[in-house]
Amino acid sequence: MDFRFSQAEEGFRQELLDFLRRELPSQWEGPVGSTEGNDWDLTLQMRGKLAQKGWLTMHWPKDYGGQQASPLLSLIFNEEMSYHRAPGRDIFGARMLGPTLMIYGSEEQKRKFLPPVAKGEVQWCQGYSEPEAGSDLASLSTRAEDMGDYFLVNGSKMWTSLAHRADWMMLLARTDPEAPKHRGISFLLVDMRSPGVEVRPIVNMAGSHEFNQVFFDNVQVPRENLVAEKDRGWYVAVTLLDFERSGIDNAASSRRLLDDLSEFLWEAQERGFHRASEGWVEDLLAERYVETEVARLIAYRVAWMQSQGLVPNKEASVSKVFGSETFQRVADTGLKILGLYGQLTWEDQWAPLHGRFQDAWRHGFSNTIAAGTSEIQRNIIASRGLGLPRG
Amino acid sequence: MDLALNETQQMLKTSARDLLSRECPYSLVRDMEEDARGYSDELWRRMVDLGWLGLAIPEKYGGAEGDFLDLAALLEEMGRALVPGPFFSTVVLGGLTILDAAGDDMKRDLLPRIARGQLLMTLAITEKGGTYESQEIEVQARREGEEYVIEGTKLFVPDAHVADFIIVAARTASGSNPKEGITLLLVPGTADGVSVTPHRTLASDKQCEVVFHGVRVPYSAVVGEIDGGWPPMERALQRAAAAKCVEMVGGAEAVLEMTVEYLKQRVQFGRPVGTFQGVQHHCANMAIDVEGSRYAAYQAAWKVSEGLPAAREVSMAKAWVSDAYLRVCSLAHQCHGAIGFTQEHDLQLYTRRARVQEQAYGDARFHRRLLAQTLRA
Repeated sequence: MDFRFSQAEEGFRQELLDFLRRELPSQWEGPVGSTEGNDWDLTLQMRGKLAQKGWLTMHWPKDYGGQQASPLLSLIFNEEMSYHRAPGRDIFGARMLGPTLMIYGSEEQKRKFLPPVAKGEVQWCQGYSEPEAGSDLASLSTRAEDMGDYFLVNGSKMWTSLAHRADWMMLLARTDPEAPKHRGISFLLVDMRSPGVEVRPIVNMAGSHEFNQVFFDNVQVPRENLVAEKDRGWYVAVTLLDFERSGIDNAASSRRLLDDLSEFLWEAQERGFHRASEGWVEDLLAERYVETEVARLIAYRVAWMQSQGLVPNKEASVSKVFGSETFQRVADTGLKILGLYGQLTWEDQWAPLHGRFQDAWRHGFSNTIAAGTSEIQRNIIASRGLGLPRG
Repeated sequence: MDLALNETQQMLKTSARDLLSRECPYSLVRDMEEDARGYSDELWRRMVDLGWLGLAIPEKYGGAEGDFLDLAALLEEMGRALVPGPFFSTVVLGGLTILDAAGDDMKRDLLPRIARGQLLMTLAITEKGGTYESQEIEVQARREGEEYVIEGTKLFVPDAHVADFIIVAARTASGSNPKEGITLLLVPGTADGVSVTPHRTLASDKQCEVVFHGVRVPYSAVVGEIDGGWPPMERALQRAAAAKCVEMVGGAEAVLEMTVEYLKQRVQFGRPVGTFQGVQHHCANMAIDVEGSRYAAYQAAWKVSEGLPAAREVSMAKAWVSDAYLRVCSLAHQCHGAIGFTQEHDLQLYTRRARVQEQAYGDARFHRRLLAQTLRA
């Protein structure tokens, strides 16, 4: 056993940290406030720079603009980007579309769609959930009618993150309504500027516009944008979900919150915030700290398995559940410790840490829902992981 | 990075599991709860023959030159099989402390005998304060001529009733810093004035009250440095906590597997209970705790094995595993229903031990306090 990263890996971490110090605004502690609007420019700017470094898609094969980086380098990249709250990563294009097309896409599709992602020039979104199809994703009803050289799409997608910024969507739609529900679904790539696509914002309880509902009214999708065979899209989708689950972002974000909080408390103690020195505060902090470290180890384990060519099974779900729930506990603990001050938002001059804890707490509710609820993950752990019989 | 055990360690685990499944059945575990000595000569002999006692002892002292991680792999299997007896005390508490702190003469005297299974040892730390901190060490050892005379009482000393030697942490000088003035002394279990009474514990394991009354040992009984016993004691506690965590991981995994098997068999409402989502989620939570415990425990063991500073990782591991193992046991009981809390069921063997292991070498709260100190530093 060896829990250390190699020298080359540590070297990369250092290079990344230097890059972040250089390229992020000075004294950067992360975006302040809940509206991402003002930060979008910075996101695009950073994305361009990450692309220049080749880091945006570092885990891709070289042929498509990647660096064939090991999963451990990707892990370090995501860990530090999350810890530093650095904008610019591209979850949908780089982490989901890319690996999926690598497996299922035609050569033409790869050549057309992958390079712009690697260059950071295009924003993708994921058209999976619907108003009536959440955890039971396979019951989706958005229809794609086969018209020969195009598909005619009608219906609606829900909770579509960044649809309002997106150029393209990975869409799951029903092409055979008569088939059993898993067998009549196809995976399509949709130009968001197509006539008949309409995006409506959904503002979350953190006051932030991240989700959208997307409507399709007779939208034409060329046949060449069908990924894999018609009616086989479910299997493409399931693969993609496996790429989506990762615990390191939650572990690193949680750790950052705790580090911020500890630092704040030591200073606040001197200014008269006396509860900072109470024993229960120390115990709670240490308890959360242990959890973030365990979350980190579990995420390392997933990446390490991938680096060995092993396919994580229950481990990815374990990492997702534990990481997301740890993040929620950290946010909750911060608010308990901050007491009355915890409620203050960034606009208030008394707000500790720019109101980050109340913001993290409000955002945290989505962490155990998005990308497969904790309940679905636990089902996967029990059935796929432990071999318990299905109900 | 390499998060797997190496081939030797995996082979060691496989052979240990094989042997223990045959020679350490639950029936033996139960019998040893009632047994005055608490271990079987036959199983002990087998473990000696396989070289387990000398696994982590260097070749020049008659051992197999393995490292702490090798020992950890073995301890995981022993935890899984609930192996009763003085292995942990003799090897982790006794042997490794001698190896770490003693002079060469003492090592040459004791370590080969440990490796051959001829010598049982333990370590006496805790007193009436019931924790593992320097300020509570009040057992006195005062100089008289060429001897130390020991007075006082140690509690919760594992396997002292069978130990040939007890390493005793005693106060030899007093001052303002409680970490100074502690000396480790090697005391024969049969020395005049030593009286050992096993505690009655919920796991029916063999932890003992050890009373020292005018016990005389020569200067040569000092392990390491006079008045400098606390630093090696701290290292001994780190090794013990890391080793205990790994042992607990073995137990926790056994509990999870036992539960999953049961849930596949047990039928209610016309289908296996394991098909119900509520029950499945209990199992998923157990799996999450086992997974986290495994890597927290092994990270600590690896740090110890490499001789790297391990205080932070050890505290993190013990803080986590102490609570996680109990959660695993609680959910296992919930999944087993009434049968799980009967004496005839094997689950409760683990549950009772998990409660004892929780406290050994510091519970979660104790280690969180240590951690908070390292965070502040």
